[in-house]
Amino acid sequence: MSDMRQLYQEVILDHNRKPRNFGSLSGANRHAEGHNPLCGDHIKLSMNVLDDKIETIAFEGEGCAICKASASMMTGAVKGKAVQEAETLVEEFRNMATGTLDPDSQTNHLGKLKVFAGVKDLPSRVKCAILPWHTLHAALHSEISVSTEGAADPIPGAEIGGQ
Amino acid sequence: MKVERMNIERINIDQVRSDFPILGLQVSGKPLVYLDNAASSQMPQAVIDRIVRYQSAEHSNIHRAVHYLSELATKEFEAARVKVQHFLKAKESREIIFTRGTTEAINLVMHGYGRAFIGKGDEIILSGLEHHANIVPWQMLAEEKGAVLRVIPMNDAGELLIEEFEALFNAKTKFLALSHVSNALGTINPVKQMVALAHMHGVPVLLDGAQAAPHQALDMQELDCDFYAFSGHKMCGPTGIGVLYGKAHLLEKMQPFMGGGDMILSVTFEKTKYNVIPAKFEAGTPPIMAAIALGAAIDYLNGIGLANIEAYEGELLAYATEQVSAMPGVRIIGTAKKKAAVLSFEIKGVHPHDVGTILNGDGIAIRTGHHCAQPVMQRFHVPATARASFAFYNTKQEIDKLVVGIRKVQEMFS
Ligand SMILES: Cc1ncc(COP(=O)(O)O)c(C=O)c1O
Repeated sequence: MSDMRQLYQEVILDHNRKPRNFGSLSGANRHAEGHNPLCGDHIKLSMNVLDDKIETIAFEGEGCAICKASASMMTGAVKGKAVQEAETLVEEFRNMATGTLDPDSQTNHLGKLKVFAGVKDLPSRVKCAILPWHTLHAALHSEISVSTEGAADPIPGAEIGGQ
Repeated sequence: MKVERMNIERINIDQVRSDFPILGLQVSGKPLVYLDNAASSQMPQAVIDRIVRYQSAEHSNIHRAVHYLSELATKEFEAARVKVQHFLKAKESREIIFTRGTTEAINLVMHGYGRAFIGKGDEIILSGLEHHANIVPWQMLAEEKGAVLRVIPMNDAGELLIEEFEALFNAKTKFLALSHVSNALGTINPVKQMVALAHMHGVPVLLDGAQAAPHQALDMQELDCDFYAFSGHKMCGPTGIGVLYGKAHLLEKMQPFMGGGDMILSVTFEKTKYNVIPAKFEAGTPPIMAAIALGAAIDYLNGIGLANIEAYEGELLAYATEQVSAMPGVRIIGTAKKKAAVLSFEIKGVHPHDVGTILNGDGIAIRTGHHCAQPVMQRFHVPATARASFAFYNTKQEIDKLVVGIRKVQEMFS
């Protein structure tokens, strides 16, 4: 991909500049932290899950534009969704970013998240886009903060720990 | 200005560029602009040809058989050692040990010297500029032995503070491990002076020369360091080969690093008698092809002249520094008075990885990240930097493209 504007679209740049749902939630009942040692990307996610529904969600951390925009748009996409719906999005986003799902020809629920389709051509940046989603997956599975992943790590090389 | 023209002329840049086939590559549909030389340099045709010739007509195992090919390979391998000896102005070729790279060379010293001569409560001095390769082995040793690491601080330009360095020495100081040139910032440390200071306290010194060897003439007699380490792949040679230079009397009293074939004189199950240096430190079949190719890379660099390379790259750095420091919103990290051709920078409000990706879209290869020097990043309070590093085959036109690329990044993120 030589025209970088295909990836760095205005939506992404805007979410990078003004990330939504940025900060931490007091009294959240789900937490996880994601870290990509290669880039120094670092995401802290907190959520309130009630009756299997993501009531509120917020993130904070440092990262590149791809990672920050991905986190920002993710929080918007999963807020108010059932846990199962969020998990479906995690799966679809990961497949899109790694190139196994073509969002234009295969059924999916990604909607606006399709702007990240371009990362599949940039192997070194796939992890940046997926990190928030991986962290979300960890948070959904770690009511009381445990270290997750290992063999099931969809992003080898990135460290995710519940907190 | 006249001087500048002279140096540029001393390198026939068109000729030099045509020596490197990879420089003709197109990336993202644009001509490759390769500015990641501090990570690994490119290989000229002469070295590629040498590899082909070795593998086509000279290869066998060395030091082991009486047949034609084994003798030929042995002769060429040992000839490469002599080339390295002359390159470093070492006294003897047995002071040259082939390793896999700088990292292995440093680990060899840690195991062979450190574990034998550094003990509980002893102190090892490092600098705040070190690559992880010259931190982690010493940390491992300190942990094992109960030794202590002391760190030479630096100023905001990325220059080591020599007075503070002097103040670190005491009766417990047993070793100094120091980079000759910093890979993250480009700082050239005053190593000759620092080695002399350490020697005044009876402390031996290892210099990490990974970033120095490709860019300037080296003289072990003048530097007087006890150990010097560098990697072939950063100086137009292949990966998988590096060098540890060590003073013979130190190498002789050191323990072997690895056990195996070639490093022994005799083996019984009761006792093994170690070989003499350098064989004592070269257990197993070495990277024969890579060593010979490193010899060819040295020939190539000598053909151009290390002094010419240093002068030419100095001009590229001065030009790039002038261009980039004039850009609003761009901060150069590492502004030492004496620098090698490394330009680490930060664009306000843009993460270095985005910078790297966008530049890649224009065929420009730079390195982004912590450059395996996280303590340096912490010192400058940045998670990462973007780093352009130049070689003698780069041009001012390429630096102009870098500047245009940086401007494009700024426009996108404005
Ligand atoms: C200053 C410095 N030291 C050590 C190393 C490690 O070299 P290698 O990976 O070739 O062993 C590098 C390379 O990145 C370096 O720049």
